[in-house]
Amino acid sequence: MRAGPQQVLDRPVLDPPVLDLGHVTKVYGEGETAVRALRGVSLRVERGDYVAIMGASGSGKSTLMNIIGCLDVPSGGSYHLDGTDVGGLDERRLAVVRNRKLGFVFQSFNLIPRMSALANVELPLAYGGVKAAERRRRALAALDRVGLAERVHHQPNELSGGQQQRVAVARALVTAPTLLLADEPTGALDSKSSEDVMNIFDRLSASGRTLVVITHEEEVAAHAKRVVRLMDGQIVEDVRTTPVDGLPPRLAEVAS
Amino acid sequence: MNAAEVLRFALRGLAANKMRSALTMLGILIGVAAVILLVAVGEGSSQQIQQNIQRLGANSLTVTPSTSGGGGGPGGGFARGFGGGGGGGGGGTQAGRQNTGPRTQAKDLTVDDARALADPANAPSVKSVSPVVTAQSQTATYEGASHSISQLVGTYPSYFEASNKPVVKGAYFYNDDVLAARKVVVIGQTVAENLFGTVDPLGKQITVSGVPFTVVGVLKEAGSSGFQDADDVAIAPLPAVQQSLTGFGPLGQILVQAKSAEAVDAAQTEVTEVLNQRHGITGSASADYRILNQATLQETVSAATGTFTVLLGAVAAISLLVGGIGITNIMLVTVTERTREIGIRKAIGAPKGAILGQFLAEATMLSLVGGLLGVLIAVIGAQFTIAGVQPVIVPTSIALALGVSVAIGLFFGSYPANRAAGLRPIEALRFE
Repeated sequence: MRAGPQQVLDRPVLDPPVLDLGHVTKVYGEGETAVRALRGVSLRVERGDYVAIMGASGSGKSTLMNIIGCLDVPSGGSYHLDGTDVGGLDERRLAVVRNRKLGFVFQSFNLIPRMSALANVELPLAYGGVKAAERRRRALAALDRVGLAERVHHQPNELSGGQQQRVAVARALVTAPTLLLADEPTGALDSKSSEDVMNIFDRLSASGRTLVVITHEEEVAAHAKRVVRLMDGQIVEDVRTTPVDGLPPRLAEVAS
Repeated sequence: MNAAEVLRFALRGLAANKMRSALTMLGILIGVAAVILLVAVGEGSSQQIQQNIQRLGANSLTVTPSTSGGGGGPGGGFARGFGGGGGGGGGGTQAGRQNTGPRTQAKDLTVDDARALADPANAPSVKSVSPVVTAQSQTATYEGASHSISQLVGTYPSYFEASNKPVVKGAYFYNDDVLAARKVVVIGQTVAENLFGTVDPLGKQITVSGVPFTVVGVLKEAGSSGFQDADDVAIAPLPAVQQSLTGFGPLGQILVQAKSAEAVDAAQTEVTEVLNQRHGITGSASADYRILNQATLQETVSAATGTFTVLLGAVAAISLLVGGIGITNIMLVTVTERTREIGIRKAIGAPKGAILGQFLAEATMLSLVGGLLGVLIAVIGAQFTIAGVQPVIVPTSIALALGVSVAIGLFFGSYPANRAAGLRPIEALRFE
C-alpha cells in the first residue's frame, strides 16, 4: 500500500477509505461522436458506510458502477480501492482484486446456469484458490445467512427471482469482500422479494459491511445511510442521513 | 483452482449441451477410427500378400522361359497370383533358327538346364533344383467322382520343400519314383475333398485324363491366395506327367532353392551365369528366360503396400482434420453463446488462465473422448473382415491417432479459448 500525500494529510494511513475516486472521467468513442459518460466524479466511501448512488438512466451511474467494480477502466482521474491504486493494475491483478475485494450483485442476478446454488456461491472461492472443504463450509454459511440453507442444491432455474438474487448476494458475500457492489439489485424483483433482499442488505450494513447500491428507486435509497445523486455524469447531491458507524436508517427505526 | 476443478468445469460445460458435444465428438471419432482402421486394413492386406509370397517358397528362385515368340506351349503358362511372369513359354522352338533378330536364338528351359544348375561346381549356392511342367485343368476321376485339377505339376521331390508344400497325410514321392516314372501323385486338399470326400485317399487310384495315378500323399492346406485356390493342385513325378499328359516338351519353369536366405542373391547370379552360357546369351542380347526372386518380389511388394497404407492413412487423416475444424466451430459457438457466463466468471474474479483452461479443457476433452471412442470402434471394426482383408491393428497408429486428436483439441480449441479468455468482462456482461 502506498499512501499519497493527500491521504497523509486527511486521515490515518492505516485505515484508507474503501473507495476513493478522484475526478474520474469516462469518455466513450472519439472525436465528434464522443460521449462523456462521467465528467469528473470524486467520491470517497468510508469503511462501514452504506451508500446509494441514484440517477436517471443516462446519468452515468452504470458507468460509475463498472469503474468502481473494476470491470471498466476510467479515461481519467484516480481510483483507489482499499488503498490500492487500481488504475495501474494489469488484467491479472484486476482479476485478483475483483475476486478478493469486491462482491457483485447484478440486476439480472447473473448466476451461472446449470450450476447448483452451492456451486455458484463456491465459484469465487474456487477462483480464489480456497480448498474444497473450506469452500463448502463458507458457501453453506453464506447461503444460510441469506436464508437459503434449504435450497443449496437447486439450480438457478428452479429458484424464484428473489431466491436467485439472494444466491447472488451469498456469492458476493462469501469471499468477505471489502466492498459489496449492487447494481439495481431489486430492479427485476417484486416488492416482497425486494424487501427480503433489502433487509439482508440492512443486516449486512449493521454487521459492518461496506455497501454501494446503485438504484433509481427512492424506496431502495431510503435504506442507505448516504445518498449520492448523479446527473449528466456529475455528482449533483450528496446527502448523509445516518452516521457511518450507526445502524442503517430502517433498522434504526425498528430499534428506536 | 486446480486441474481437477478445471476438468470439472469443462465436463459440466460439455454436459450442458449433450447433443452438440456428441456430434462434435462423432467428427473426431470417425477421423480416429478411420485412421486406425484404414491403416489396419493396409497392414492386413500387406501381411496377407507377404504370406502369399512366402507360400511360394522360401529362398527360392523361379526361372521361367521368356520369349517374344508367344503362343504358349503345352508345358508353359505358369501363372501365379503375383509376378505371374512368363505366361506363354515354350514358343521358342517355332521362333525360327535362322532368325537373325537381336536375339540370336530363344531356347527353351530343359531338364538339362536344370541338371546344369544342380551341379555344385557351377552353382555352389544352390541347394536344389526342380524342373517343373504344368498341365492345366486336368480332369481327374475316382469311382464316379470327377474334378478338374487346375494345376497338375510334374516335378522332382525337392519341389515340395522349395515351393513350401508340406505333406500332411501320407508321404512325398521319391527320386526312385521319378527315375521309374511311376504314376504316383500327391494331391492338394481341394482335390482330396472333391474326389474322395471323407474317404481316405491314400493308396487309391485316380484317373487323370485316362491315365491312372496312385495317391501317395495329401498336401497341407494352403488356403486360397487371391483368385487362385492353392489347394487345387496335384504333384506327380516329372517323367510320369510328361509321358502321359504333357509330352516331353520344354519345361514350364525351373524352381531353384538357395542354400539360405543370404545365398539367394548369389544363387541368382550363378543361375544367370549358367543359363546365359547354356543359352548362348552374351553382351547386349536379352535373356530368353527370367528369374523371379521371392525376396526381391517381397521387397517390392512391401514398398508398394507401404505406400498404399500411407495413402489410406492420409485420406483418413483428412477426415481427422475436418473433425478438428468441427471442434473449432463448435467451440466458437459455445464461446459466443456463453459470453455472458464468461463475463460473470470474470466479474467474480476468474483469472484469464482459468477461463482459458476451462475452454481448452472442453475442446481437448471433446477430442480425447471422441478419439478414445474412435479407437474402440476401430478395434471392434478390426475384428471383421473388410473387403476380403483381415485388418491388423498397428499399435503406433492408435497412439498416433489419439495423440493427434488431443493435439487437434488443443490446437483447434486454442483460438476459441483465447477469444473467451480475452473478452473484457464489461463487454461480456453486456452481451445478450
